[in-house]
Amino acid sequence: MLPFLLRRAFSSILVMFCVVSLAFVLIRSIKGGPFEREKTPAHIVAAMEAKYQLDGSLWQQYLAYLGRLAHLDLGPSAKYRDWQVSEILAQKLPNSISIGSVAFLLASTLGVLIGSFAAMHKDQAADRAAMLGALMAISLPSFITGPALIAIFALWLGWLPVGGWGTAQQMILPAICLSGPYIAYIARLMRNSLLDVLKSDFLRTARAKGLGETSAVARHAAKIAILPVITYLGPLAAHLLTGSMIIESVFNISGAGSVFVNSIQNRDVFLLGGAVIVLCALLVLFNLIVDLLYTVLDKRIRLHG
Amino acid sequence: MASAPAQISRPDGWALLRRNRAAMISLYVLGLLALAAIVGPMLMPDALKTTSDAQFLPPRSAGHVLGTDLNGQDLFYRLLSGARVSLGIGVAGAFLSLVIGTLYGMVSGYAGGRVDAFMMRATEVLQSVPRILFIMILIAALDDRVKDGLDAARLWAQEAGWAAIEGFFRDAIPYSRILVMILSLGIVEWLTMARIVRGQVLVLREMTFVTAARAMGQSPWGVLKKHLLPNLSTIILTYLTLTIPAVILDESFLSFLGLGIEDPAASWGSLLKDGAQVINPLDSKWWLLLFPALCMSISLLALNFLGDGLRDAFDPKSAE
Repeated sequence: MLPFLLRRAFSSILVMFCVVSLAFVLIRSIKGGPFEREKTPAHIVAAMEAKYQLDGSLWQQYLAYLGRLAHLDLGPSAKYRDWQVSEILAQKLPNSISIGSVAFLLASTLGVLIGSFAAMHKDQAADRAAMLGALMAISLPSFITGPALIAIFALWLGWLPVGGWGTAQQMILPAICLSGPYIAYIARLMRNSLLDVLKSDFLRTARAKGLGETSAVARHAAKIAILPVITYLGPLAAHLLTGSMIIESVFNISGAGSVFVNSIQNRDVFLLGGAVIVLCALLVLFNLIVDLLYTVLDKRIRLHG
Repeated sequence: MASAPAQISRPDGWALLRRNRAAMISLYVLGLLALAAIVGPMLMPDALKTTSDAQFLPPRSAGHVLGTDLNGQDLFYRLLSGARVSLGIGVAGAFLSLVIGTLYGMVSGYAGGRVDAFMMRATEVLQSVPRILFIMILIAALDDRVKDGLDAARLWAQEAGWAAIEGFFRDAIPYSRILVMILSLGIVEWLTMARIVRGQVLVLREMTFVTAARAMGQSPWGVLKKHLLPNLSTIILTYLTLTIPAVILDESFLSFLGLGIEDPAASWGSLLKDGAQVINPLDSKWWLLLFPALCMSISLLALNFLGDGLRDAFDPKSAE
C-alpha cells in the first residue's frame, strides 16, 4: 500500500509541475502585458515589469515563478495593487467550492439512485422515462436551465430568490442547475454498469439463496457496479468547479468565475496563473483521494499504477 | 438493448440505425436546421440584416417574426446566422479533434507497450485537469495572433493589388474569433476520441489480416492507413457525432461568459448571454432567451440522440 501511495503522490506532483509549466507558457504567450496601455510611456512599463519580475528572458521569469511557487507564494496581483493573489483567491474561491460541493453531493447520490432504479426496472416504463429524461438533462446546459428556472420560479411564481448564495433558499436553484446534467450522466453510467453486474453468476447465487432483488442489489451488486461512477468522480469535480462559473454569472454570485474572466481581460498574469494552479491543485488532490477510495473498494485492483 | 454478447456476425449497423426512430428523426431535424442555416440568410432581404432603431420589438411584429434585440436586429436572422456559427464551430472543431484524436489513438494502440502506456497516462492527466480553463487562456493567446495574421494577409493582398482578396480579409478580421474558437476547442477536445480509437486498434491489430499485411512487408504507417483506418471509420463517425455537441456546448459556455464569440458575429451562446442580460421582473424580453434556448436544446438533443443511435448500431459493447 505504501509504495502505491508514494508512487501516486509522486505522479501528482509531476502533474502539478506540468500544469504550472503549461499555464505559464500559455499565459505568457498572450500578447500584451498587464501594464501596457496606450498612454503609459515605455520606461514606466519597463519599471513596472521589473518590479513584478516580468522582465528578462521567459526562461528567467519561469525560474523566478517556480522559485516563488516553491515557497507557496502566488505573487501579487498586477491589476489590484496591494492585493496578493492568495488573498483574492481566499475571498472568491470558497463560494465556488461550496456551490461545487453541493452539486457534487446531489449528482453522485441522486445519479446512483436513479441509475440503480432504472437498471432494476430495465425496459419498463420507469426505465424508459428515466433514460429519456437523462438524455434531455444532458442536452440542456446550465446557461439554458439557469435563466429558465429563474424566470419560472423567481420572477413568475416568486417562490425563490433570483440570485445570491448563502441561505438554503438561495442554494436550491443554482444547485439544481449545476448538478442536473451530471445527475443524468451518472444515472446512465450506473444503469449500464449495474445491468452488466446483474447478469453475473454470483448474483444468480444470491437470488437462489432467496435474497430479494432489492437486497441482492443493495448488498452485492451495487458495490461492484459503482466502480465506474467512482472513476468518474475526478472528472466530475473538474466539470463542477468550472461549471460553477456559469452558475455564478447567472445567479450573480461572486466566485472564481469572475476572477478568471476579469484576469484574462486585464492580462493579470499572476492572478490568472494562481487561479489555474490552485484549482488544478485542488483537483489533483481530489483525484488522489478518489484513487485511494477506489483501491479500498475494489480489492481486485493490483496496487501498482 | 444493444448490449447483447458479441456475435460473430453482427447485424448491419446501418440497418439498425434506420430502425431507430429517434435517431432518424434527429437526422432529419439536423438536416433541416443545417439547410435553414446555410440557405436562410441568403433569402432574407438585406434590410433585415442591419441594426435599426426598432429596439426590443416583441415577436410577431411587422417584418420581424421573432422580434428584435437590443440593437434592433431581427432575431430570426440572428438565430440563423448564429446557427451557422454554432454548428460550424461544432463541426469544424469536432473534425479537428477527430484528426488529432484518431492519429494519437492509432499510434498509441499500434505501438503498444511503453509508448502506449505513456501516451494513455498523458491523456488521463489531461482528463483530470479542467480543460475549459486552458481553452480560455488558449483563446486569449491565439486571438491577437490570428488577427495579426489576417491583417498581414490583407496587407499582402493589398500590395499584390488583389482587391477582392483584400476585401475578404478585411471583412474577416472582425470574425476572427470564430477561427480562434475552432482551433482552441479542436486542439483540446480529442481525448475521448483518442481513447476509443486506441481501444479499437488494440483489438484490430491482433487480427489475422493485420498479421498477414505485416508479414507481407507492409510498413506500420501502411498498415494503419490501409487496413486499420477503414475498419475504424464507423466508430470514428459515431464519436464525431458525439463530439460535435460537446464542442457546441464548450463554445456556448465560453460565449456566455463573454470570452467566446463577440459582436458582430453571433452564436447561440452569445445570443443567450444577451438574452440573459435583459431579463428582469418588470418587463421581460422573454423571446431573446426562449428562441436561442430552443434552437440550442433542439440541436443538442438531436445530436445526442443521433450519436447514441450510432453508438448502439456500431459500438454496442461500449454503451457509455
